[in-house]
Amino acid sequence: MRINCPLCGERDRREFYYKGAAVALARPGRDAGAQAWDEYVHLRENPAGKTHDLWQHEAGCGAWIVVVRNTVTHEVYETALAADVKRSMGA
Amino acid sequence: MGKLERISPCAGLLPVSIGGLTVSEIDVGQITSVTPFEGAARAAIDRAIGLPFPAPGQTTGDAGHRLVWMGQGEGFLLGAVPDPNLGAYAAVVDQSDAWAVVALTGAGGADVLARLVPVDMRLRAFPVGATVRSQLGHMNASITRTEEDTFMIAVFRSMAVTLVHELTTALEAVAARG
Repeated sequence: MRINCPLCGERDRREFYYKGAAVALARPGRDAGAQAWDEYVHLRENPAGKTHDLWQHEAGCGAWIVVVRNTVTHEVYETALAADVKRSMGA
Repeated sequence: MGKLERISPCAGLLPVSIGGLTVSEIDVGQITSVTPFEGAARAAIDRAIGLPFPAPGQTTGDAGHRLVWMGQGEGFLLGAVPDPNLGAYAAVVDQSDAWAVVALTGAGGADVLARLVPVDMRLRAFPVGATVRSQLGHMNASITRTEEDTFMIAVFRSMAVTLVHELTTALEAVAARG
């Protein structure tokens, strides 16, 4: 599996560290309530198909990257710097 | 109190020459990491360093005064002491003692690195002045082609012995193929 780092280009999967669902970028507000926080911390989708993950180019440029990929075919649809994704979420 | 002697990271390990290729330690002078603050004026940073800040995968300058891209938002200034004013625009940290830096010189260096690095190091994909952050074996490394037949390889100082071991093994394997 190869992942396209927005800074370094296409690289081998061994250079990347896997964090988990990109839901981590959507941190609830301080007063969002127990339900929202419980879901943020514990609830994850487990799709057979398209998923949004956070990976870090740990052995490369160090950037955190949102990777949109397919869990069934391993196809990588698109990648973006997590910093840019977070900014576009208006946070 | 005893007198402390300065020992280079690869002292006693290099040079190594096998099959027309040589690995030798290089003293690049002061190594300074430069991490521009968000929103800092690029022109002011370039002026304080005396070199344009490189794009990802690129370097600027040359031996004695080189700026190497080292990752997201970070460059390493090699050989020059930065202008103190740079601190107003970027986090500036002296890392001179933290890195082992070697040169792999000779024809066919890319064949040696092909055994260790999961990135295309051939000249047409990796020209003079290009740099990567990647792995050499299991070590995180910075690799730059400084001349057509010379790669500059930097790893954490604590990895110096492993670096020399990995390179020696790869050099022997390539040489054995004739």
